[in-house]
Amino acid sequence: MVEIIVFAVCAAIVLVGAVGVIAARNPVHSALFLIQTLFGMAVLFISLEAHFLAAVQVVVYAGAIVILFLFVIMLLGVDQAEDLNIEPIVGQRFIAFIVGAATFVLMVATLAGSSDAITGQRQATGPLGDELTDNNNVRELAEALFTDYVFAFEATAILLTIAVVGAVVLAKRTSGEMLPVPQNTLEIREADYQARVDARAAELEANAAAAAEAGEDGSAEASSAAASDDDTADDEMADAEGGDA
Amino acid sequence: MEITSNWYLILSALLFSIGAIGLLIRRNPLVMFMCVELMLNAVNLSFVAFGDRLGDIAGQVSVFFVLVVAAAEVVVGLALVVAISRRRATTTADDLSVLRG
Amino acid sequence: MELLDLVFLIPAFPLLGFLTLLVIGRSLGEPLAGWLATGAMAGSFAATVLVYLGLRAEDAEDRIHTQTLFEWIPAGDFSVDVGFLADPLSIAMCLFITGIGTLIHVYSVGYMHGDEYFSKFFLYLNLFAFSMLMLVLGDNLLLTFLGWEGVGACSYLLISFWFHDPANATAGKKAFVTNRIGDVGFMIATFLVFFTFGSITYSEFLPAAAGMNQTTATAITLLLFVGAMGKSAQFPLYLWLPDAMAGPTPVSALIHAATMVTSGIYLLTRTNGLIYEAAGWSTNIIAWVGVGTALFAATIAIAQTDIKKVLAYSTVSQLGYMFLAVGTGAYVAAIFHMITHAFFKALLFLGSGSVIHGMHHDQDMRNYGALRKLMPITAGTFIIGWLAIAGVPPFAGFWSKDEILLAAWDLGGVNGKALWAVGLLTALLTAFYMTRQVMMTFFGRYRYNDATPTEIELAWDNRIAASQDDVDKAIAAQDAAKENVEKATAAIGTAETNLEMMRNNVPVAETNVENAKAALAEATDENREQLTAQVAAAENGVIAAQTNITNGETAVAAAKDNVPVAEQAVVAATATRTEAEGALATVQHERDATDIPEGASLFGEPDVGPVEEFLPESVAERREFHPHESPWTMTMPLGVLAVLSIVGGFLNLPFSWNNKWWHHLEHWLEPALAHEHKVLASGNTKFILALVAIAAGAIGIAVAYNVYIKGKGPKPSDIEKPVLANAWFYDLGISNFMGGPGRKLFDLITWFDANIVDGAVNGVGALVRGVGGSARRTQTGLVRTYAVGVAIGAVALIGWFVLRAAL
Repeated sequence: MVEIIVFAVCAAIVLVGAVGVIAARNPVHSALFLIQTLFGMAVLFISLEAHFLAAVQVVVYAGAIVILFLFVIMLLGVDQAEDLNIEPIVGQRFIAFIVGAATFVLMVATLAGSSDAITGQRQATGPLGDELTDNNNVRELAEALFTDYVFAFEATAILLTIAVVGAVVLAKRTSGEMLPVPQNTLEIREADYQARVDARAAELEANAAAAAEAGEDGSAEASSAAASDDDTADDEMADAEGGDA
Repeated sequence: MEITSNWYLILSALLFSIGAIGLLIRRNPLVMFMCVELMLNAVNLSFVAFGDRLGDIAGQVSVFFVLVVAAAEVVVGLALVVAISRRRATTTADDLSVLRG
Repeated sequence: MELLDLVFLIPAFPLLGFLTLLVIGRSLGEPLAGWLATGAMAGSFAATVLVYLGLRAEDAEDRIHTQTLFEWIPAGDFSVDVGFLADPLSIAMCLFITGIGTLIHVYSVGYMHGDEYFSKFFLYLNLFAFSMLMLVLGDNLLLTFLGWEGVGACSYLLISFWFHDPANATAGKKAFVTNRIGDVGFMIATFLVFFTFGSITYSEFLPAAAGMNQTTATAITLLLFVGAMGKSAQFPLYLWLPDAMAGPTPVSALIHAATMVTSGIYLLTRTNGLIYEAAGWSTNIIAWVGVGTALFAATIAIAQTDIKKVLAYSTVSQLGYMFLAVGTGAYVAAIFHMITHAFFKALLFLGSGSVIHGMHHDQDMRNYGALRKLMPITAGTFIIGWLAIAGVPPFAGFWSKDEILLAAWDLGGVNGKALWAVGLLTALLTAFYMTRQVMMTFFGRYRYNDATPTEIELAWDNRIAASQDDVDKAIAAQDAAKENVEKATAAIGTAETNLEMMRNNVPVAETNVENAKAALAEATDENREQLTAQVAAAENGVIAAQTNITNGETAVAAAKDNVPVAEQAVVAATATRTEAEGALATVQHERDATDIPEGASLFGEPDVGPVEEFLPESVAERREFHPHESPWTMTMPLGVLAVLSIVGGFLNLPFSWNNKWWHHLEHWLEPALAHEHKVLASGNTKFILALVAIAAGAIGIAVAYNVYIKGKGPKPSDIEKPVLANAWFYDLGISNFMGGPGRKLFDLITWFDANIVDGAVNGVGALVRGVGGSARRTQTGLVRTYAVGVAIGAVALIGWFVLRAAL
C-alpha cells in the first residue's frame, strides 16, 4: 500500500515537473521544474533499490547540472522569456503532439504485448523484487563498475576530461571573428525569422477575432465544433487567449 | 494492487514523450537541453526498472554511464550556447538556420 | 645458421639502400650516396655468394630451396606468397646480376661525377637492382611480374634520367609503351597458368605440367614469349632498345645489356617444363624470331655511327642468339651466353662510356680514331671485349656462341641447318661491325681535330662571303671615281663662267676710269685731291680686273688638267673591280671543284688548306681539348670485366679431362632444367663446326680491317647504306603508320571517349546535380524540423517492432 502511495505521489511530482519544464515561459522556471522532476526520480530510484543512483541523481543532476543551467541562464540574461503563443514553423506543434503521443502509445503497446518477442528476454510485466542477493547496493554497483565495466569507466573519465577541455576552448574569448558567417546572411535570416513570427501572430489574432465574433453571434456550437476539429488549433487558441489575458 | 515494473515503464514512456514534445516545441536551446535531460531521465528510469526486474546490476551501471555522458553533453552544449550568444543578441534554435539549402 | 636462409638478404640489401637514399640521399650528396649504393650492392653480392655456397653444400637433387616470407594475396582459391626460390638457375643469375651490378655502381661513381642528380641516379640503380633480384628470386609468376614491372619502371626512369632534353623523355616513354605490349602477353599467360593449374607458384605448376594439354601449353608458351619479346627486345618489339641509349651509359651497361633485357630469356628458361609440353612449331617460332632478330640487328649495327647505337643493336642481336638457344631447347647455352654476354657487353658499354666521358660526350665514332694512345686502359679492355664478342677463342664469347650454333645444328633437318647458317652469318656480321667499331675508335687516324663536313662547308661559305665583300668594296670605289670625273668636268664649267664674268669686269673698270677722269677735268680746287684719288683707285680696279682674268685662265687650265687624272682613277677602280670579281669567281669555282666529304675522312685529313683561316670557332675549341683517360673508379670495373671476359668461357668448356667433363655450368644448372636438349653430335662434328665459326669470325674481322684501316675493297660508304643506318626504315614505318592510318583509329577512340564515356560520366553528374538541386529545398536549416524527422523515424521504428511482434 505504501509502495502504491509512494509511486503515485512521485509519479505526480515527476509528471507535473516535466510538464512544467516544457510549459514554463521563463527558462529559470523550467530549470526549477526540472529539479522537481529529478527529485521525484530520485525517490523512485530508492523505491527500486537503487540507493546509490538516487544519491547521485540528487548530487549530480540537481546539484551540478541544473545549477550549470541556471548559471548559463543568468549569464545570458534572465529576461529571455519565450513567447509560447507563437509557433513560427507551421504544423510543428501538431506533429510534435502526434509524435509524442504515438511514442507513448507504442511503448505502452510493447509492454502490453508479448515483449519477449521483441527483446527475446523475460517480459517486464512480472512483479518486482527478484532482488539482488546482497543488500548493499553501493558495494554491488562498485564491484560491477570496477571489474566488468572498468574499461568503460576509464573511457568515461577521458570523456569528461575532453568535455572540460572542449568547454574551455568553446567558451574562451577568442580574438577575431567568432563565426565565419557573413553578417548580412545572419541579418537576413533573423529578419526572416521575425517576419515568420509576426505573420503567425497576425494570423492567430485574426482567428481569435473571428472566434470572438462567432461567440458574440451566439453560435457556440459552431465554435466548439471548430475547436474539436483540431486539438492542436484548440490548444494554440487557448494559449493565445491565455497570453492575451 | 501491486506495483510492477510495468508501472515504472509506463511512467518512463510518459516522461519520455513529454520530453520529446518539449524538445520539438520549445525554441530556447537551454530549455531544449532540459528536455533532453528529461528524456535521458526517462530512459534511466526504465534501465533501473528493468535491472530491478531482472536482478541485474548492469541496469544501474548503465544509468551511471548515462549520467556521466549527460553531464559531458550539458557541459559542451552550454559552452556552445555561450559561444553563440556572445555573437548575437537573441538565441533561439530557429535563428541558427545557416545550413538552409 | 643455415646459409640458404640468407636468401632474403639478397634483395634486402638493395631495398635498404634504396630506402636510405630515398630519405637522406640528397643530404649525403656526392660521392657518399654513390658509395652507399655500391655498398648495398656489394652486400647483396656477398649474400648471394653465401647462398651459393649453401647450395653447393647440398646434394644436386636437393638444390631447391624455397623461403616464404609471408602470404601476400590470400583471395579464396587464389593465394600468392612472397617467397624466394633459391635454385641453381636463380642463384647463377643473382651472382652475375649482383657482381656486375657492384662493378657498374663503382663505375657510376666516376661516370656521374658532377651530375646535378647524383644521389637520385643511385636511388634508381638500387631500386632497379632490388626489382631485378625480385624478378629472378620470386617463387611464383606474380612476384616475377612484380619485379618485371619494377625493372620496367626503373628502366623508364633511368632512360629519361636527363629528362630536360625532350628526346630523352621521349625515349623513356617509347621503352615504357613498347614494353606494355609485351606485358599483356605475360599477364594473360599468368591468368592461363592459374586457370589451368590453380596455382602460379613455380614449384607447384611446373611439375604438374608434365603431360598437360598441348594446346594450352602452346598458348602459354607463345604468350610468355610475347612478354619476353618486349622485355628482351626481339623483333618486332625491339625498337625501344636503341632509343634507350639516351640514358647514362652505366644504365645502358647494367639494364640494357647485362641484366634486365635478359629477363625474357630467364622467364622462358624458368618455365622450360611448360615449353617442353608445347607444340614443336611454337619453339620453332622462338628460335626463328631469335635468329631473325640476330641477323636483322647485326645488319643495322654495321651502318651505325653512334658508338652506343652499335652496341645497342649488337645487344639486340646477341639476345636473338639466346632466344635461338631457348627455341632449340639448349637452355644451358642460353644461360651460358647470357652470362658471358653480360661480362663482355657490360665491358663494351662501360668502355664506350669511358670513351664518351673522355671525348666530351661526343658519341660519333667518325670523330674518334687512334684513341688507344690517349686511353690505353680503356682501349685494352675494349679490345678484349671485342675479341670476346667477335668469337675469337679462347675469349668468353666464342664458347657460348659456339654452344648455341651447335645446338641449332644439332636440331637436325633443313630447319636446324638453316638456323645454324643464319646464326653463322650473324656471327660473321658481328665480327665485322665490332671490328669496324674498334678500328674506327681506337685505331687509324686521330680525327678529333678534323673539321667536320659541315664545318668545312661553313668555312667555304665564310670565304665566299669575304670575296663577295671585296667585290662590293671595288664597286663602291669605282662609283666614287666616276663621281669624281663628273665633279671635275663640272668644275671646268664653273671656272669658265668665272673667267667670263671677270672679263666683263674689265670694261666696267675702264668706264669707271673714264668717268673719274672726266670728273677730274671739271674738278674744283676743293675736290681735286679727292677726285685724283678716285682716278687712281679706278685705275687700280682695272689692273685688278686684268689680274683676275689671268687667275681665272689659270683656274680653267687647272680644272681641265684634273679631268684626265679623275678619269685615270676610274680606270684603276674598274680594274680592281674586275680583279675582285675574278677572285670571287675563282673561289666559287674552287668551292664547286672541292669535293667536301660526306662523312669524316677515315684515311686522310680533309683538305681545309684554302679555307683554313675561315674555319668556325668550334674547330679551334675542339683542338684546344685533349681526350683523356678516365679515373680509376671507371677503369677498375673495366679491368675486372676484361678478366671475366677472358676466362668466362671456362664456366662451360666442351672438353673432358681425366674423364671429368668441364661442363660446370651445365652440371650446376641440371636440377633446374629438366628439359635441356642433349647434344647428340659427335666430337668431330663439334670440332668442324667450331672451326667454321672461327673462320666466319676471322673473315668478318679481316674484311673490316681491310675496309676501315687499309682502305682496300669497298668504300665504307658503300657498306653503310642509308637503309641500314635507318634500321630498314622500320621505326619510320611504324611512326608513319601510327601517325597516318593509325591516327584515325585513335581519333575515333578519342571521339568515343569524349562523347560516349565522358557523356555518361557527365550525365551522371548532371543527374546528381539536378536531384541535389531539388532536394536542397527540403533543407530548412531549422534544428527543430530535423528533430521532427528524427522523431518520426523513431516512431516508425517502434511501430515496426510492435507490428512485427503482433504478427
